Amino acid sequence: MGLEELKKVVILGNPNAGKSSLFNALTGLNQRIGNFPGVTVEKKTGRFKDAQNKQYELTDLPGTYSLFPKSLDEELAAGVITDPSSPDYPWLTLVVADASNLKRSLFLCTQVIDLKIPVILCLNMMDLAERNRISIDVAGLSQRLGVPVIPTNAREGKGIEQLIEAISKHTPPSAQSTVDIEKIENKAIQDIRRVLKVNCDFASFIVANNLQNISFFQHNREKKEEIMRILELNNFDRKKLQALESIERYRSLSYLLAPVISRIPSGTSRTYKADHILTHKLWGFLIFLAVLFAVFQSIFAFAEWPMNLIENAFVYAGEQLSYRLPQGMLNDLLVNGVIAGLSGIVVFVPQLILMFAFIAMLEDTGYMARVSFIMDKLMRPFGLNGRSIIPLISGVACAVPAIMGSRTISHAKERLITLLVTPLMSCSARIPVYTLLVSLMVPSGARIGIFNLQGLLLMGFYVAGFVAALFLALVLKFVLHSTEKSYFVMELPVYRSPRWNNIGITVLGKVKVFLFDAGKVILGISIVLWFLSSYSLPGRMDAIEKKYIPHMQDPTAKDFSAWQTAMASEKLENSFAGILGKSIEPLIKPLGFDWKIGIALITSFAAREVFVGTMATIYSAEEDENHLTLKEKLRAQTNPENGKPTYSLAVCFSLMIFYAFSLQCMSTLAVVKNETGGFRWPVLQFFIMGIMAYASSFAAYQLLS
Amino acid sequence: MKTTLDKLSPGETGIIDQFTDLELSLKLLEMGCTPGEEVMVIRKAPLGDPIAIQVSDYLLSMRKSEASTVIILSGKSGN
Repeated sequence: MGLEELKKVVILGNPNAGKSSLFNALTGLNQRIGNFPGVTVEKKTGRFKDAQNKQYELTDLPGTYSLFPKSLDEELAAGVITDPSSPDYPWLTLVVADASNLKRSLFLCTQVIDLKIPVILCLNMMDLAERNRISIDVAGLSQRLGVPVIPTNAREGKGIEQLIEAISKHTPPSAQSTVDIEKIENKAIQDIRRVLKVNCDFASFIVANNLQNISFFQHNREKKEEIMRILELNNFDRKKLQALESIERYRSLSYLLAPVISRIPSGTSRTYKADHILTHKLWGFLIFLAVLFAVFQSIFAFAEWPMNLIENAFVYAGEQLSYRLPQGMLNDLLVNGVIAGLSGIVVFVPQLILMFAFIAMLEDTGYMARVSFIMDKLMRPFGLNGRSIIPLISGVACAVPAIMGSRTISHAKERLITLLVTPLMSCSARIPVYTLLVSLMVPSGARIGIFNLQGLLLMGFYVAGFVAALFLALVLKFVLHSTEKSYFVMELPVYRSPRWNNIGITVLGKVKVFLFDAGKVILGISIVLWFLSSYSLPGRMDAIEKKYIPHMQDPTAKDFSAWQTAMASEKLENSFAGILGKSIEPLIKPLGFDWKIGIALITSFAAREVFVGTMATIYSAEEDENHLTLKEKLRAQTNPENGKPTYSLAVCFSLMIFYAFSLQCMSTLAVVKNETGGFRWPVLQFFIMGIMAYASSFAAYQLLS
Repeated sequence: MKTTLDKLSPGETGIIDQFTDLELSLKLLEMGCTPGEEVMVIRKAPLGDPIAIQVSDYLLSMRKSEASTVIILSGKSGN
C-alpha cells in the first residue's frame, strides 16, 4: 500500500462554542500546539482514525464569528477555508454551533456552506439548549441547510462516534444557498468568478471583501492585482456590501429557523443571577480580588517546594556527574553549563502549571470575560485590556507564566503592550537582591510609627514596579501603531463548570511549548554565560591555579575552604565576565557602581538572583544561609578615595532601582521571543527597560550622593 | 422615540433602527445586532462602563462609546 495522503479536516466555530472540547474529544492526546507560519497565532493540529482505520489530520482554527475577519486570528481562520492554495485547505470542514445560541452560530455556518465546500454541522451544547427549554428539529435543520447535522456533547463525548462516521462518508457541498449574492452585487462578482475560475458567487464575494488583508492571495500577486482592478472599476464598496450581506443573512436565517426551532420562555437564567453578584459594584471587585489573591498566592507559595525539589535534584545530578566523569572542560561544561541551564528551565514548570491551570479555568468557566467587563474602564486609559490585569498581577510572582498567559488577549496591540510591560512588575527573583540591599540600607528593626522601615522600603519598590509598568504601557499606547481596531463588542458567555480534561490537555501543551521552544534559548544563553565566567585569555587561569593549588594541597594548611574561595574570587575577576565587568566601569560609574558590581551585573544577566551569589564570590564571602558574612563584608568596604563606605545609601538605592527596572532574565527574553515570533521585541524590550533602569539609577544616585 | 443604546438604563428595551458608524456596525451586525432586533440593557459594569445587553438570547458587552453608535427605536421599560 502506498502512502495515502492524510485527509485534512478543520474545525471552525464561534469562540466559546466548544471547539476545543470537540478537538480534544476527537484527537485525545494525539495533538500538538504550534503557530501559523509567520505569525504567533496558535495552531493546534492532531490526528484521529475512523472505523476503517483511515487517518485524518485535524486542525483547530481560531474562533471567529464570520468570514469577514476583524482580527489577525479571524483572518487566518477565514483564510484557510477560502483559499484553495492554502496548505491547510480542508477536505472537509466541521462547523461547531452552540445549540443554545443557534441563530448567531448559523450566521458563520451558512457562510461556510455558501462557499460550496463540504461541511458537517456539529450541534454542540444541546444540554444547555434543553435546559433553556429550546427544542431543535435536527432532521429538519439538516434538510434545510443541505448538510449533515450531528448533535454532540463534546464535554461528555456524546455524538463523537456518529460524527466520525459522518466524516468518513464525506458529503458533497450543499445545493442550497442562504444568501443570494446576486441581489447584493452582481457585476464585479461575475468578473471575479472568471478570474478565479470558480463557479460560486459567495466565494468570489468573500475574496473581494478580504483581498485587502495581507495574508490573502500572497502567492498569487497577479490575480490579486487583477481582482483589485475589477473592484476599483466597479466601485466595489466593501463595507456597505458587507453590512448588506449580514442583514440579508440574518433575515434569511429567521425564515430558515422558524419551523425547526421552538422555545418556551424561561425565567431569568442562572448566568444572569451569577452575574448579579460577580459583576456587582462591591462583591464583584471583592470576588475578583479574592481570585487574584488565589492565583498570586498559589504561584508564589504552592510552587515553592516542587521548585526546591527540582533544583535539588539537578544539584544532585550535577554532583554525581562531576564526580563520575573525568575532570576537565567537558565535565565543567556538562555540570556548570548544561545541567545548570536545564535546571533553570525545568524549575519554571510548577509555576507554569499553576498559572496555565488558573487561566484555563477562568476562561473555561466564563469568568475571564467578566474580569474584562469589570476592569475595562480602569485598564483602558493605559492601552491595556481588562484581561491584562491577570498576567500583570501574576507577574509579581514570575513574568514567565504571566507572559505566556497573555495569549488570551485577542487584540494584538493590547497583548503586545501587556507582555512588554509585565517584566517591570517586581518578580520573586528580585527578592534576594532586594533583601540584601534593603538590609544594607536600613538597620533591621528600624520603624516609622508602627511600620517596619525595611518592609516599607520593600513595598515601595513593588509599587514603583507597578507604576513603571503602567507608565510604559501608556507610552507604548501612543508609540505603537495598530491597524486592528480595538473593539469591546464581546460575548459574555454563559457560566459553565470547568472541563478538567480540557484544562489538563491545555496545560500539558503549554508546558511542552515552554520546555522545547523557550528552553532552547535559555539553554543557549546559560552555556554562553558559563563560558564567560569560567574562561579567560590563555594562560591567566593556569597562573591563578598555580598560585593557589600549592596552598590548598599543603597538608598543614588549616583553612582549605578559605583558599578555595579566594581562588574562585580571583578566577572570576580574571574571567571574560570579569574583564567585561571592568571594561564597563566607566559606563556604570555615574550610577555609583564599581567594576565589582559590573561583574555581578553581567553574571546576573541570565537571572537576577545570581547577583547575590556573584557578590559572595567576588568578596570571597563564605557561603551561609542568610549571607551574614556577605552583608558584613559589604558593610566593611570603604572607598579608597574618601574612606567612606562603598555601599552607601545612594549606591544601594541606585542598585535596587536598577534591578527593579532592568530586564535581567533570559527566561523572560526567551518567552517574549516565542510569543512575538522573533528577536525584535525581546531585544527592544531589553533596551527599553535597560534605559529606564539606567536613567532612574543615575537620577537616584546623583540626587542621593 | 429615537435614542441611542448607551442612553438606556438596565431593564429598558429597544428596537435597533440603524448605526452611525459603518465600520463598527459590521462587527455589531455579525454579532446579531441587526435592524429590527430587540435588545435589552441587562446591566452596567461597576464603574458604569461598559454595558451588557441581551440580544437574540445571549449577553453581549460593549463600551458606552460603541453603544452610542446604535440608534434605538421606542425605548420602553421592561421589568
